[in-house]
Amino acid sequence: MMERPGMIQRLIRRVAEAPAAVAAFVATLGVLAAPALGLAADTGFTSSVAYRDVPGIGSRNLVWVIAQLHLLLAGFVLGVPIFAWLCEVVGWKTGEKRYDKLAKEFTKLLSSAYSTTALFGGILLFILIGAYPKLMAYLSDIFFPSFMVYCALFLLETATLYMYWYGWDAMSEGGSKVFHLFLGFMLNFFAFFIMIIPNSWATFQASPVVIAEGSDLARAWAATWNPTWWPVNIHRLIANVVLGGYICGAYAGIRYLSAKTTEEREHYDWMGYVGNFIGVFGLLPLPFAGYWLMREIYQYNQQMGITLMGGFLSWLFILQAMLIGVLFLGSNYYFWMGISHRIPGSEAQYKKPILTMLVILLLCLGVWMTPHSLVASLEEAQKMGGTHHPLLGVFGVMSAKMTVSNLMVLVTFMSFLMYWQAGKQATVGWARVAKAVMNALLVIAGIAVISLGVYGYFVPAIIRINYFSTSQVGIVLFVLVTFTLLTSAILKSAKTTTEMVWGRMPPRAGYALVLNAVMVILLMTLMGYARSSSRVHWHVYGVMRDSSQYAFSPALGYAAALMAANTFFFCMIVAFIFWVATMGDKGKNAHGGKEKSADSHGALPVMAGGSQTLDKQI
Amino acid sequence: MGALTKPVILLVTVYLFLKFVVPNIPGSAPLPASLIFLYLMLVTAGIVIFFTMSSESKEAFWGPIQRFLTGENLGALSSARYAVLIVFPLLVGWQTFGSTAVSDAPPAENRTIHPAPPGEYTGLSNPVSKTPENIMQGKGFYAAFCSPCHGGNFDGKGPAARGFNPPPANFADPTTIAMLQESYLFWRIKKGGVGLPIEGMPWKSAMPRWEVELPDEWIWKIIMGEYDGAHQSPRTWE
Repeated sequence: MMERPGMIQRLIRRVAEAPAAVAAFVATLGVLAAPALGLAADTGFTSSVAYRDVPGIGSRNLVWVIAQLHLLLAGFVLGVPIFAWLCEVVGWKTGEKRYDKLAKEFTKLLSSAYSTTALFGGILLFILIGAYPKLMAYLSDIFFPSFMVYCALFLLETATLYMYWYGWDAMSEGGSKVFHLFLGFMLNFFAFFIMIIPNSWATFQASPVVIAEGSDLARAWAATWNPTWWPVNIHRLIANVVLGGYICGAYAGIRYLSAKTTEEREHYDWMGYVGNFIGVFGLLPLPFAGYWLMREIYQYNQQMGITLMGGFLSWLFILQAMLIGVLFLGSNYYFWMGISHRIPGSEAQYKKPILTMLVILLLCLGVWMTPHSLVASLEEAQKMGGTHHPLLGVFGVMSAKMTVSNLMVLVTFMSFLMYWQAGKQATVGWARVAKAVMNALLVIAGIAVISLGVYGYFVPAIIRINYFSTSQVGIVLFVLVTFTLLTSAILKSAKTTTEMVWGRMPPRAGYALVLNAVMVILLMTLMGYARSSSRVHWHVYGVMRDSSQYAFSPALGYAAALMAANTFFFCMIVAFIFWVATMGDKGKNAHGGKEKSADSHGALPVMAGGSQTLDKQI
Repeated sequence: MGALTKPVILLVTVYLFLKFVVPNIPGSAPLPASLIFLYLMLVTAGIVIFFTMSSESKEAFWGPIQRFLTGENLGALSSARYAVLIVFPLLVGWQTFGSTAVSDAPPAENRTIHPAPPGEYTGLSNPVSKTPENIMQGKGFYAAFCSPCHGGNFDGKGPAARGFNPPPANFADPTTIAMLQESYLFWRIKKGGVGLPIEGMPWKSAMPRWEVELPDEWIWKIIMGEYDGAHQSPRTWE
């Protein structure tokens, strides 16, 4: 018996049929509002009100929650197109339709996610204008030109997204597919600039460059190109890929756990693998980007650097180590389970290497999580001679942290390589030599990374930062690139000895994927707070002081509670987006095989322009 | 040896190593409970990961626990099961009571060693030229004013050091002054313990406020003497 959808569902579907219109509406509001800000400056009118509070929750907390949700959603809508486009390219190049289907499945999410992000951006803007009018007037005065560019980019992005999504089926073959791929590229191109423009506003607040002379454009440009702008741009770009990958993994994990048929299990198992792979792919260079950002912060302002890494915010980095640790463990665990379950008979072969990698990972994590000054009772501190342990205290500084993070990247990469090679037998004659070279390279790289880390304690900090740490990164990157090229060359003609079997992963694999996504979200809330609170009592560091009642840094426990709340809210929003976006599929499934024609009367419309044609082809 | 026995032995061994072996390594000290807990959690995570990798290992590891807890074919062990089901909640209750009961012991500290310096002290460069004479003079000032606590060997082991908790900083340790710029040391020497900011309280430092006794030039020379004597270099960006 067919059930008619409820009123709310119908309403959501109607709105979701043209979701990007909401985004465009918000963007248009922004375009209209921005000149108003500029005109207000021309009239010489300045509000006598510097701050307005929001009863109950407080203006700062409200801004904190909304800004964080907006940023997380922005990361999602910027990460997913990269993920989807990469999948589409792979599908186009290899001819494997399932990649195209995966790309489409995630692009379908974009439309509703995009409008939700824009809505949160609009809410944030209104709250900021209302609660912090003086700060917003100051920022508008500097960044007015970039506001205009931002709005224009928003319109371009919206139009491109419309064409990309609605044109998926119409441009699925031949030359039109190439044009569709080009649209996907442009979508990401505009998205990149949509990301870096607001980044300039946020990074300006932390590392302002203010010039007194010059045109409005010159002032805006100088403020935009501030010392931490590009480090944040690169860090966020990579982090968005990681977020997109792991959220795809979590979605696949949940669908896998609730799958009812073998086909569903196979599909979502494979999707989980792709999500985890792309998440790990982004995770590997992320520590390097983070290191570069911190280096720039230190160089820009010693006070800010110490507040973050040595002062009261330094405990956040211990939490960060724990979260990243769980993420590395979770990702590797998923790879290792994949070997055990998807490649029959390979468990015994890889048990020892897996154990070795696990032990190395745990040792590295132990070092990474060890704080410089330890949490100790009075009695314990007296026995240690302070809160700094005489022996293990050496693990608390950057030389040790950089060394173990490089080693963890190496180990995770080796996990992936092992998974890649499992069930395949090389046929080329030089494979044995290549493997011997790779093994030797790996050992040399490991020794070199550790040696540089140890030697780093005995050289001036600048030598360690400029030469040793960069050399460690260079060595690891060299291994990553060399091994990838050699392995792909070996496997090109390799014989498959054991076919990979999808859909056999145990339920805990699905939970591991969900855990990874939650860890990434928590990490983003944590480091977002760290970056923002490093300004301490300044709206614009050293330029505009925060004189509101909230000009204090909250206790770490309080901050952690808000981060956890933000993570929960974001997960709920993402779940809602997935629910909305897949409502059409569920409707189709409910009708079973009866729904053969899209034109059938009474058939539920496919959600947000979804393609029944393509789905039938696959 | 059963799949369950190995992890238990491993956990106990790691605990004993951290609790009794590490403190007895020359130059070491007992580890705080927080760090031991952290390391044991890591080991536990590793055990769970390794033993749940495949269906067989998971069954070998988790199966006995599950059967014991559900009372499936336990035989003579059923009384042990009841003992565990009674003792475990009691242990949790005892732990909860212990961590929430009123105590006269001060709370555990998460002291921040390096607070951020005030803006006016960031980015200052040493105005005293780095000549052998100035370094030597700085070492002389250091011997007179600093070495009673920080030690003649710059290792934090001066004759008065034992009277302080936390102890004076060990400058020869590459994780102390080598991580800092000269301007940071200038601030700390000049303002002393009383000049520390309120962020990350509690501050416990007996460092005198040397600005009332020493001119700035002497402080800069002391800094040069400290770095040279401890065989360290200040953090720079050039």
